[in-house]
Parts: sequence; structure tokens; C-alpha cells
Amino acid sequence: MVNTTQPTADMSAAPAVKAIQDERLKEVSLLTKIMRRPELGALAGLVLVTIFFLATADSSMFTLAGVMNILSPAAQLGILAIAAALLMIGGEFDLSIGSMVAFTGLVFGSFITLTGWPLLLAIAATFVVAGVLGGLNGQIVIRTRLPSFIVTLAFLFILRGLSLVGLKWATGGSTQMRGIGGEGESDLVREIFSGNALEGFFAWLAANDLIAKFPNGTPTVTGVPVSILWFIGFALVATWLLLRTRAGNWIFAAGGDANAARNSGVPVDRVKTALFMLTACAAALVAILTVLDAGSTDARRGFQKEFEAIIAAVIGGCLLTGGYGSAIGAFFGAIIFGMVSIGLTYTRFDSDWFQVFLGAMLLLAVLFNNFIRRKVTGER
Amino acid sequence: METQAPLIEIRNLVKHFGSVIALSGVSLSVHRGEVMCLLGDNGAGKSTLIKTLAGVHRPTSGDFLVEGRPVSFTSPRDALDAGIATVYQDLAMIPLMSVTRNFFMGREPVKGVWPFRRVDFDRCDAVTREEMRKIGIDVRDPHQAVGTLSGGERQCVAIARAVYFGAKVLILDEPTSALGVAQTSMVLKYIHQVRQKGLGVIFITHNVRHAYAVGDRFTVLNRGKTLGTYAKSEIAIDELQNLMAGGKELQAVSEELGGMV
Repeated sequence: MVNTTQPTADMSAAPAVKAIQDERLKEVSLLTKIMRRPELGALAGLVLVTIFFLATADSSMFTLAGVMNILSPAAQLGILAIAAALLMIGGEFDLSIGSMVAFTGLVFGSFITLTGWPLLLAIAATFVVAGVLGGLNGQIVIRTRLPSFIVTLAFLFILRGLSLVGLKWATGGSTQMRGIGGEGESDLVREIFSGNALEGFFAWLAANDLIAKFPNGTPTVTGVPVSILWFIGFALVATWLLLRTRAGNWIFAAGGDANAARNSGVPVDRVKTALFMLTACAAALVAILTVLDAGSTDARRGFQKEFEAIIAAVIGGCLLTGGYGSAIGAFFGAIIFGMVSIGLTYTRFDSDWFQVFLGAMLLLAVLFNNFIRRKVTGER
Repeated sequence: METQAPLIEIRNLVKHFGSVIALSGVSLSVHRGEVMCLLGDNGAGKSTLIKTLAGVHRPTSGDFLVEGRPVSFTSPRDALDAGIATVYQDLAMIPLMSVTRNFFMGREPVKGVWPFRRVDFDRCDAVTREEMRKIGIDVRDPHQAVGTLSGGERQCVAIARAVYFGAKVLILDEPTSALGVAQTSMVLKYIHQVRQKGLGVIFITHNVRHAYAVGDRFTVLNRGKTLGTYAKSEIAIDELQNLMAGGKELQAVSEELGGMV
């Protein structure tokens, strides 16, 4: 306190000091630009995990067939994770996603088997049911101002219970419903929601010796499962929506500070309700894809998927407090998930290590995100 | 200019909340190119008055004229449309979002046809950079998060945003209360700039020195009533201070303190 700086002495030194500081600021800004990407952590994680498996796993893991094996579970989780990420950026949670998969699976199965509706109508009706349930979640959260964590936790149990009760009612006592959409007539709607896509392209690739094939000439991988295409498409659309549209700005604003957003004229309640409806519809999409794939549904569908989706979103850079995150990050997060869960079977490690890995990954991601956020906002 | 009606004029504004009388007869006016300081201690009714002007509350009785025409706002949107912009204490800024995204929040310009309609971020960035340059924070990148700006810079960006979106009257709710000396002077300088553009400013504060530095006229509010409006030439800073604190009480306190030390 004795050495209070002398204003006159400071004056001469000030401009020089300032110039140096500014230059430093410019230099750091390139690095900061990269650091500012919320998906950086997920991308780095994916690289690390890939290196780990390249070193330890059987080489068949990284063949085309192996990659499809990894991407299939990643796609199902990823569709949920991307929606969960958008909702988290918007400042809310949905713990009912997993149960929503089971419930909408039951709804979809019932529309097909009990009413005999055509596929397109059944799919549309399932989305409507999901949208209404999601909207209900959202309205309860908004009107009561209760934390979405609690409200959707209630729905986690309500929907899981309803799935059990409904399945028993619809099947006469079983918790599994079989024979859904088994009749193999093929039309455009079915092509979009089940089976493999790009089969002609893969056959062409095999014919030209670009991918592995069986001795009889058919490719070992006959096509890309449609769920993977849905996953990639959804990631692209969600990223564009978030970063380039007005709705995206509103999602960030609603999650960043709902009050400030309202003062600036952002329709926060509408944004949040729409996001709850979107997560429910993403759950319905996963239900439809998996039910059509398996031809059956059961009460354990989507069990604990809500946690996995939130973990993937967090690995992807979403902050638990909202207002920050990325859809493409959740995309990478889901792939990390798929790679670890499938990849361990290619190694000599016990695949029960999966959960340990998962927890560690989550912890790392949260620590990393916290650090990044402080960097980005210069939190003091 | 002199013959023009004030931008905002209120006469005998009264606001009751149930049995609580928050405002019991407030009158003030703001003209073009004028900084009107609204002074008052805590509980004087400043917040209620601002919120009434901003369209959040509806007055119980009294006249509210905008450019000579009586108005009755039912929502903050109405006030905004009439050119009355309020910069709240919490700034309506989101620290994690970029300056550009904050600047255009809720009023993003779009281009393209639905479903490919998107925000015109090139234009947003250009406008933001230009507006920041005008304030004098041009070394900053419009993509950086608002959280990295200092409190004074944030306050200035919030004001610049209101000005850019066509405000005629700015209501600033204690813009300097949480700031240090250098940042306060930055904000006060910017308020002066805004006045020169011909906007009317209502500057709410309980810091008499800040008010005196930039104000043209001072309206003192106490217990829901206006004690009076004074031009800068009519009143000295000490008188203003005493008036605001209820005169005698402050003197008593200072004597008490003097006796202690």
C-alpha cells in the first residue's frame, strides 16, 4: 500500500505496456478461437479413444464391418443425445427419454398390431403422441417453475410403468410384443425407417474391389443401416439450426439466462416447450427404428438411455447449467460411447470395464468443460 | 426544438399494489437531447416508476404522454415499439454468448426462404463491430463471449444495442452502480454521446456525483413522490445530496459519525 504507483511515472510506461498486451491478446486469440468450439473436448476424446483401440484391439475392429458395428449403437444413442444436447443448451433436462423410447415403442407397436394402420399413419401418430407428451413435460416445467430434473424424473417412472402395464394389456400378459411390421411388403416408408440404405452403391463398390466381399461377390457389408443415416442427418440439421438460425440463438439465450432473454424479446417458454417436444420425438424416432428393425418391442427398451444421452451430451461439451454446448459434440460423444462399448469386445479386456470407462470419461469431460468455460468467458 | 412536446411526460402518476402505495403522484418529463436524472434512495419508488414507463406495470391513475400523445402500454413490447428502451441492471446480456449474438438477441435479421431461413451473421458481425468501434472498444472481436467484457463495456454494449434498435428514450437503471471509477467514466461518457445524438435519457441512480456529472435536470423521488425537479444551474451538488437522503437525517448521521471519530 505504501508503494502506490505514481500517476506521472505510469503515464510514460502505459502505452508501451498496453501495446505489448494487445499483441499478446491477438496471438492468443487464434488458440482461443479453437478453444471456443464446445465440441473440441469430444473430438479430442474421440481421437484418444481411437488411438487406444488402434493399439490394443484386434485389427478387424477398424474394417468397414467393424465400423458399422460401432456406429449402430452409437446412432441410436446419438439421436437421443443430440436432442438431449439441444435441450440442455436450452437450460433443461429430460430424464424421461429412455422411458419415452419404451412407451412410444409400445404406442407404435399397438398402432401397427391392434389397429392395423398402414405404416406411415402409425409412424405419424406415434410422433404426435410423443410430441404431446413432450409438450406436457415442457408445460409442467414452465408453469410450475419446478426444476425439469424432478418433473421428468417423475415421467421416467410414469412412462416406464405405463409401458409395462400397456404391454401386458395389449398382449394379454406378456412384457414383450412381437410380430410388429413383419409382413415384408416393401415401400418407400419402410425403406426410410428400416433396413440398410445405399445397397446399390455398396454392391458397386464391392464389384470394383473397393470394399471387402464374400467369394460369391456380395459385399460383406451390404449397406448402411438407416439409423446411421438418421443419426448423421440429425446431427447436421441440429448443428445448422443451433449455429445459423434464429431458433438456435434463442436456444442459447433461453439456457444462458432466461430472464435476460425474455427482456430482449425471446419467446423463452415457446422455445423450451418446442425442445421438450423435440426430445420426445427423437425418442419416438429411436423407438420406431429399433422396433421395425427387431419386429418386436419390450418394456426394457431404452433402459438408462436418458443417462447415457446426457453423458454423451456432456462429453460433447454441454454445460449442465445450460447456455453452452454443441450438437456435433454430442454426435462425437455418442460415437465415443459406441466405440468403447463395442470396442472392448475386440480387446483382451473384460467388457465390464465399460462402465468404469464411462464414469471416468464423464468426469474428465466435466472437468475439461469447466476449464474451457472459464477460458471462454474469462470468468473472474 | 423548444416548442416540441417532451419525449416522455408523466403527471401525477399513481401506482398501487393492493394496499401498498408505491407511487403517489410522480411527475417528470424528458426532452430530446437531455439527460434527466432520477434520484432517490432505496424504496423511493424508482424501480416501480421505471417498470411503469417500460410497460411492465400499468399505472393506477395519472397521465402518461409520449411525444404529447397519451399512451397506455400493456406490455414491454408496446413500450419498445413506442421507442422507449430500458437497460435493466441485469443488462439483459448473456455472458456465455458472443457479443454479436447478444447484440441481436430477439431481433436477429434473417435471410433466405424457409426452411433455409438463417440469421445474416455477416451483417450482424459488421454492425456489431461498427457499434463497438463507436463506443471505443474496437480491439475486441465480436465473436468473443460477453463474459470477457468488463462491466463498463457490457453496459455500453447494452446501451448501444438499445440505440441501434431505434430507441428515442433510454431508461438506464443504475448503470454505474456496480462499476469502478474508470468504467463509470466510460459509461458516463457514452451517455453523453447518446444525448448528443438527440435521444432522451432517464438516468436512474442513487449516486449524486454520477448524476451531477452528466445530468441536465434532476428529479428527486422520495417515498413515492417527486420532491421536485431542478435544472443543473439551480441546485448545488450538496443540496441535491441532502434532498435525496431526506436532508436532516443524513446530517444527523454525519454528526453522529463525527462525534464517534
